[in-house]
Amino acid sequence: MFELCGTQFTSRLLLGTAQYASPDVLRRAVEASGAEIVTVSLRRESARVRTGQGFWALIEQLGRRVLPNTAGCHTAKEAIATAQMARELFGTNWIKLEVIANDDTLQPDLFGLVEAAAVLSAEGFEVLPYTTEDLSAAERLIAAGCTVLMPWASPIGSARGLANKTALRSLRAYFPDTPLIIDAGIGAPSHAAEAMEMGYDAVLLNTAIAKAGDPVKMAQGFAKAIEAGRLAFEAGLVEPRDMASPSTPVAGTPFFKIDHAS
Amino acid sequence: MQILLNGERFVTDASNLDELCAALGFAEAKVATALNGSFVAASARPATTLAEADEVEIVAPRQGG
Repeated sequence: MFELCGTQFTSRLLLGTAQYASPDVLRRAVEASGAEIVTVSLRRESARVRTGQGFWALIEQLGRRVLPNTAGCHTAKEAIATAQMARELFGTNWIKLEVIANDDTLQPDLFGLVEAAAVLSAEGFEVLPYTTEDLSAAERLIAAGCTVLMPWASPIGSARGLANKTALRSLRAYFPDTPLIIDAGIGAPSHAAEAMEMGYDAVLLNTAIAKAGDPVKMAQGFAKAIEAGRLAFEAGLVEPRDMASPSTPVAGTPFFKIDHAS
Repeated sequence: MQILLNGERFVTDASNLDELCAALGFAEAKVATALNGSFVAASARPATTLAEADEVEIVAPRQGG
């Protein structure tokens, strides 16, 4: 089991709802992934098209906990207002807080992020911040009231996997008791498994499943990889070494002669 | 009166945010609102008067990552 903001979950995969070929593919991918939390956003609603009303009906059918985001916000002020709208719209005080610094890298603006996290935490939000692997930003976010951190693996949608493994290991070691979720940049189940082997608590992804050739099958692949990585972490991995070490017993090897061993 | 509704110029005779939402067919819809960059709760819409050049956002659930 995995506890996040006081709630227990079985699945360690959080899944985005964007970019699927159809609502039916989204629904089947969510089911195949086993995800218990799905991310959503809010966007301007047209009086004529009313896109959001149909999407909300689909989300309700999924029956999963929703985690709204503040994607696209470039300032703390925008992110705060968006989070407040999301809380009313989705009926949850959980918010995946994104304050974006740069449109090319979609990297978090850590200063705006900390500022918005402090305001929203004081207003009773459970803030899940999309951040980098930066340790000082992580400390500021926790001081601002965050009880969970969501560092990127690499830029959103890049599918490059864990770009800075050393720093991600440091972050894990530095915050042993804080839930840490890898958010963004995961491209393959092996990336997710690696994050879980490092001791990350969960993985949040979207593009790698939604844009796969077969999103439903890829959702199954990620579910298994994340479970495998978690089991490996709990089991305890052996230390890598430079030289070989025979796994088959040496004692009793046929034709073995003592002078071979010198 | 001309306002900016979801980033586009819009002419309305609604005197408050609640009337504007109703005029757009959003009275019972799943929407949230902001006025001039600040959130306005559904319960506060009737008391939120509109003025010339106000910037109104009306948003709804959408796919997200």
